[in-house]
Amino acid sequence: MAEKTNNKTVFFNPFSKDNPVVVQILGICSVLAVTAKLEPAMVMGLSVIAVLAFSNVIISLLRSTIPVNIRIIVQLVVVAGLVVIVSQLLQAYAYDVSKQLSVFIGLIITNCILMGRLEAFAMGNRPWPSFLDGVGNGIGYTIILVIVGFFRELLGSGTLLGYQVVPDCLYEAGYENNGLMILPPMALIVVACIIWVQRSVNKNMQEK
Amino acid sequence: MIDSARPAFEPGGRLSAFGSVFDGFETFLFTPRTVSGPASVHVHDANDSKRTMIIVVLALMPCFLFGMYNTGYQHWLALGAEEMPLWPLMLYGFLAILPKVAVSYFVGLGIEFAFAQWRKEEIQEGFLVTGILIPMICPVEIPLWMLAVATAFAVVFAKEVFGGTGYNIVNVALVARAFLFFAYPGHMSGDKVFVATGKALGYGTPVADGFTCATPLGQIATHSGGDLMLTGVDGHVFTAWDAFLGLIPGSFGETSVLCILIGAAVLLFTGMASWRIMAGVFAGGLCMGWIANVFASPVYPASLLPAWEQLLYGGFAFAAVFMATDPVTAARTNTGKWIYGVLIGVMAVIIRVYNNGYPEGAMLAVLLMNVFSSLIDWCVVQANIRRRMRRLTAKTSES
Repeated sequence: MAEKTNNKTVFFNPFSKDNPVVVQILGICSVLAVTAKLEPAMVMGLSVIAVLAFSNVIISLLRSTIPVNIRIIVQLVVVAGLVVIVSQLLQAYAYDVSKQLSVFIGLIITNCILMGRLEAFAMGNRPWPSFLDGVGNGIGYTIILVIVGFFRELLGSGTLLGYQVVPDCLYEAGYENNGLMILPPMALIVVACIIWVQRSVNKNMQEK
Repeated sequence: MIDSARPAFEPGGRLSAFGSVFDGFETFLFTPRTVSGPASVHVHDANDSKRTMIIVVLALMPCFLFGMYNTGYQHWLALGAEEMPLWPLMLYGFLAILPKVAVSYFVGLGIEFAFAQWRKEEIQEGFLVTGILIPMICPVEIPLWMLAVATAFAVVFAKEVFGGTGYNIVNVALVARAFLFFAYPGHMSGDKVFVATGKALGYGTPVADGFTCATPLGQIATHSGGDLMLTGVDGHVFTAWDAFLGLIPGSFGETSVLCILIGAAVLLFTGMASWRIMAGVFAGGLCMGWIANVFASPVYPASLLPAWEQLLYGGFAFAAVFMATDPVTAARTNTGKWIYGVLIGVMAVIIRVYNNGYPEGAMLAVLLMNVFSSLIDWCVVQANIRRRMRRLTAKTSES
């Protein structure tokens, strides 16, 4: 517990060393689903950061009053409430993106990262570290989402955030966008490549 | 010369970093210097994988030569030529395929060498066959850079990440084709890609723009209403005989069932491929083709084909003989080989007939069953163990 409450490691560990996606392999379904374009990937990442941070804080505040038997239900209610708020906000202020993300904002409720952090961290820590933990894990998740979204949009559509970045002269020379990048399997392969690079850099993380 | 160069490549030598490259060339050109000692238990016979690969490449040669001829033939047909001069046809086809083979080998071997060097392993020769298969199962008009990307993708993600030659779960050449199929569908299907229309390395006459001709299966998939008529480049109607000989538009090496059968004979005669798998695939395809034909409906135009014609069109025969029998990715047990083969045949026809989005199902069927092959083996072995256990307990209870 002593090292867990160290705010700095709580915040920075999830970026790489304890990344929820590439180390804990959580939340993969949303990585597959929303990363065909960069913009929805970023919005999804921000939504998860918000939901994760505030649900962590709320659960952490309530942690001594929640009866153990029904804690999952309480956690779900809190997360669901926050997700509805985020979803409404998106529909109000970013309607196009919220349409692209469709059900996946709602499905943040079932994102394993959330339940994992609530169970593993917020139930046993004070609000401020919990907040940092939520933001840190959210950012860790968002980093992966953005990297995957970047490559998939660049190679799959030739655009970034909707702007064309692959020059026309390349298309005239016979270049074509890679249709496979738009399909979900490629997201898995890109995630696998990130894991590959990460394990190559951090030798101590390689499984024997 | 090789012998005098060896010390430099041995550990400690000046060029030791390229040791595996050297070893790869040396054992490729001569018999290996090191042989398994009497204590080695995994040697089945005098074959090593290099010889196996070379025989498979030899078995592919009839298809390859015919592919050259057919590429020229379709090109001449598209030009509207009256006579078919043999050698210019062959030359055109050769020049059309040469860059593809070169790119495929260059990229594939480059990656293999790099990985082998990186891991300090011997170079595996698995790419010898894959490198020639990839151009043979692609349309002749595929752009070279796409071929390079697909080859690189397949070699890295289907083979090297699993540990290299012999450890791959799915067929590498088919992964390359599947990659192209899903990434660049416009260049892998449809009516523009299967007949070479431009010049081949500066040779031949380009065909006027606006020329289109789909493969028979492509025509079937887009067919609606009326009688099913498969037409060639110049508008003549195909007979099953054309399809058997292979004078139809299609991927480079897979049009001629006749040449594929010659290749199959070579493979079977030398014991390189399993007759059980081949027979299983053809039986499964026939069976499912017959069922589809019995319940023929215009909604699924491919079901209008008689069962035996299913085997003649597209990549079915090629997949059965050269893809399904790949010893690394196929099932290993004899019963398993039957199950594996039959399921490939059945799946190929199901995908072909009932999914209009995919005119050809053989590729997907083989890939799918590659994934299941070890499961099939496991079930077969478990069943065998159970049976022998029962026999054992029956015997011991008697005595």
